[in-house]
Amino acid sequence: MRFSGLRVLKEGLTGNKGWEPHWRNPEPKPEYDIVLIGGGGHGLATAHYLAKIHGLTNVAVLEKGYLGGGNVGRNTTIVRANYMMPGNSEFYSHSLKLWEGLEEDLNYNVMHSQRGLINLFHSDGQRDAFARRGNRMIAQGDDAELLDTAGVRKLLPYLDYDQTRFPIYGGLYHKRGGTARHDAVAWGFARSASDRGVDLIQQCEVTGIDVEGGVVKGVQTTRGPIRAKKVGMVAAGRSGQVAAMAGLTLPIESHVLQAFVTEGLKPCIDHVISYGMGHFYISQSDKGGLVFGGDLDMYSSYAARGNLPLAEHVAEAAMTLMPMIGHARMLRSWAGIMDMSPDGSFIMDKTDIDGLFVNTGWCYGGFKATPASGHTFAHLLATGNPHPTTAQHRLDRFRTGVGIMDEEATGSQHNLH
Amino acid sequence: MRLPCPICGARDHREFYYQGAAVMLDRPEPDAGSDVWDEYLHLRPNVPGAHDELWSHDAGCGAWLRVTRNTVTHEVIGAVLASEVSR
Ligand SMILES: Cc1cc2nc3c(=O)[nH]c(=O)nc-3n(C[C@H](O)[C@H](O)[C@H](O)COP(=O)(O)OP(=O)(O)OC[C@H]3O[C@@H](n4cnc5c(N)ncnc54)[C@H](O)[C@@H]3O)c2cc1C
Ligand SMILES: [Zn+2]
Repeated sequence: MRFSGLRVLKEGLTGNKGWEPHWRNPEPKPEYDIVLIGGGGHGLATAHYLAKIHGLTNVAVLEKGYLGGGNVGRNTTIVRANYMMPGNSEFYSHSLKLWEGLEEDLNYNVMHSQRGLINLFHSDGQRDAFARRGNRMIAQGDDAELLDTAGVRKLLPYLDYDQTRFPIYGGLYHKRGGTARHDAVAWGFARSASDRGVDLIQQCEVTGIDVEGGVVKGVQTTRGPIRAKKVGMVAAGRSGQVAAMAGLTLPIESHVLQAFVTEGLKPCIDHVISYGMGHFYISQSDKGGLVFGGDLDMYSSYAARGNLPLAEHVAEAAMTLMPMIGHARMLRSWAGIMDMSPDGSFIMDKTDIDGLFVNTGWCYGGFKATPASGHTFAHLLATGNPHPTTAQHRLDRFRTGVGIMDEEATGSQHNLH
Repeated sequence: MRLPCPICGARDHREFYYQGAAVMLDRPEPDAGSDVWDEYLHLRPNVPGAHDELWSHDAGCGAWLRVTRNTVTHEVIGAVLASEVSR
């Protein structure tokens, strides 16, 4: 089934009776060439690119809950390419280019909206840091523009410019940054992978990884054992739990990140805004809700549920930056389990076990990576070699010290990112 | 979430700074080698459930605590002074 304007028209006139489920719901087969653990954005994208680019379709994605019920369906949907460190810079640049062709590639409306991202700064030092970041983005071939206060005021007239505590000195404007409909991204990749022959198996929790003589042989699941020649672990916040099934310990801590949405409002925030004096970022969804978030709760957690102090903290940052938000009522809040790495950058690599691969450490920024994570992980699984844009994202970089990508310059240590 | 500080009693978690897994208490010898140091600094068992972790009572008595907490339910199981359990 292909989507097109004509099809929408036809269905509209005939009672919308012709739409079909977007993916098959198959029984697991006893054996696959490749099994992916985790049906989030990255697992589904990997399946799509394995099938599309490498012609590998004897593949299963095993998901313990439902497709897209993890972080891919919980994030604040910001898509950007404003990284600075070699390694990250080219990867996220690659990802943004994939985003720009994604809807045609998938024949799916993922509502990718390049509405522009503005990172605010509030001091001379911060301006210098953002000027440097902007130059690095331009050097990478992406876009960046340094705005002064008047330039920001023109785009975002509703911010509190007159306060003495954190005056707004300007912003780094990344026009190609924006948002996408997170669920649609999962669904679009799922539909494409399923159409190409990949089995997407829901309600199928992996409970063990079978390793014999240093070689992976398959997995144990709540729906029986499944043999596999290669296994990719793409379990985001549960990466450590999954890796432990193969006897591996990862440099990952799982933390909780919350997000919030207000009731639906008339259009008022046209961009994505990131505050520079507190961890706070906001955009408006197409339904009208103001979607925003802040920092981690800052303690290890698998609860997918945060505590009130952080909610209060985020609300304070929101009120400081844009007092008008005080008129809106908060509708919902939720949380996801984040796979935090010591340097804040992701890991994509082989493991010491033959045939077992790992994709993890996305911290709170892996949604924008979804297409490129799938594209490069598929490359690694199919060819055995890392894609050029992930060559630096080795699992052993913390031990060797080679290739650490400490984007925030806070040190390569847990609890600093 | 409230943490039972052995010195101050049950206090709101906002008063505490979270450092991470309590494996940090078992500091290796300086010449233990890069694998051992890598394990100490970076690798984390990170399993769901009961978790030993280090919190500092920054806005209270300033003591370091080893707290045992369930990372799935956020239930706080207990806390002792880190100075009493570290070597
Ligand atoms: C509140 C919040 C806001 C965020 N905001 C942004 C943002 O604005 N921009 C951005 O770029 N990123 C953001 N992120 C981060 C981004 O969502 C994640 O980095 C990314 O979604 C992780 O990859 P994934 O989609 O594959 O993860 P997930 O969707 O979590 O997929 C992992 C899947 O693995 C499954 N799984 C786990 N264990 C097993 C098992 N044993 N067997 C079978 N299946 C298993 C899980 O059920 C899950 O579905 C945010 C995250 C959160 C929580
Ligand atoms: Zn105390």
